[in-house]
Amino acid sequence: MTKMQNFLKGIIKENPVLVLVLGTCPTLAITTSVLNALGMGVAATVVLLCSNMAVSALRNVIPDKVRIPCYIVLIAGFVTIVEMIMHAFVPDLYESLGIFLSLIVVNCIILGRAEMYASKNKVLDSAIDALGMGIGFTLALFVMASIREAFGAGTWCGMEIPFAGDYSIMILTMAPGGFFVFGCLIALVNKITGKKHDKSNSGCAGCPSAKFCGKLVGENNTDEEEQK
Amino acid sequence: MEFFKSLLMILLTSVLVNNYVLSRFLGICPFLGVSKKLNQAVGMGAAVIFVMCLATAATWPIQYFLLDKFELGYMRTIVFILVIAALVQLVEIILKRYFPALHASLGIYLPLITTNCAVLGVAINNINDGYNFVESMVNSLGVGLGFLLAMVLFAGVRSRLETARPPKAFEGLPITLISASIVALSFLGFAGIVDGIFG
Repeated sequence: MTKMQNFLKGIIKENPVLVLVLGTCPTLAITTSVLNALGMGVAATVVLLCSNMAVSALRNVIPDKVRIPCYIVLIAGFVTIVEMIMHAFVPDLYESLGIFLSLIVVNCIILGRAEMYASKNKVLDSAIDALGMGIGFTLALFVMASIREAFGAGTWCGMEIPFAGDYSIMILTMAPGGFFVFGCLIALVNKITGKKHDKSNSGCAGCPSAKFCGKLVGENNTDEEEQK
Repeated sequence: MEFFKSLLMILLTSVLVNNYVLSRFLGICPFLGVSKKLNQAVGMGAAVIFVMCLATAATWPIQYFLLDKFELGYMRTIVFILVIAALVQLVEIILKRYFPALHASLGIYLPLITTNCAVLGVAINNINDGYNFVESMVNSLGVGLGFLLAMVLFAGVRSRLETARPPKAFEGLPITLISASIVALSFLGFAGIVDGIFG
């Protein structure tokens, strides 16, 4: 796999949100406005980049048995740094992202990439992987937020859209609309990619961290090796 | 009397109005992943209630007697996630050793919960909302019950989905999400119920 392919896979083929279905909580909660979505995407990308590079650099130092707690500490450290920076420079965004900024710690995209990719690959490759995944995450959030904000509130990035404001569908900005738009987007991606319905891809079982986070859904743990 | 009334209000609000799964989007992964069968949903819900109460009982004193006292508020995220992760592991070991029956029914769900955003979320929200210790415990219990309620309701909906035949692109996760949207819609009906009862 060349570096370019490695970068692009996170954006399209293995898009963390729409194909791997990871990090659903912030995806549903934050996408009520485009600016929030972009802020969240950038914050998560920075954390992912730092944590992937750190995990990769330390992959021969961290003992195998305690690797998950080590990753969590590393990730939590970077999340705290990002939180403090955002609190200082973009206080409005910090307020509107609220608790979901701290919850980047338990976002399975980040822990999943650390476990599945960074712990086995060189620093540069891990950084490229993180950038691709981060941009894929941001793009998916951006698309979903654009739909929800434009049709739900009649604005885009806070700017009024002519006509749309008169026919806004309020429910799209509320909780049920989040589930609905997300479901439709995944269906659209399924339709375009022609991907056959894969049972193992729903929810926890599709999460790469399911493998180490629980023995529960033993029936269908997806291995990256199997997909290749 | 006032005291119990306020506790009951917190409990009802967190179960029905601010349901973590259906209106605040916390803990979506287990909600979608483990709600296929009713018994699994109940097991997961019970484990979440247990861990949430435990996590709150541990993190609340840490926040007020350790972090606030030594002005380490910025360490909250790191400390909380570590404490919760360690606690869950510890509980699992204790259950396995002394309560094998309980471990058999709840044990498999415990590791899943370590990185569940609802648990960390409730610990952080209790501090952000300025609840005292009793209120925090009641809130955690309510959030856990709300999670259980959502899981059980949704397990029922999903068992019907198994036999339904949606368009091909919608099979699997998309149709599940759309049914979740309808369940969430029904929970919108609870908005204002607490003010209605106690108003």
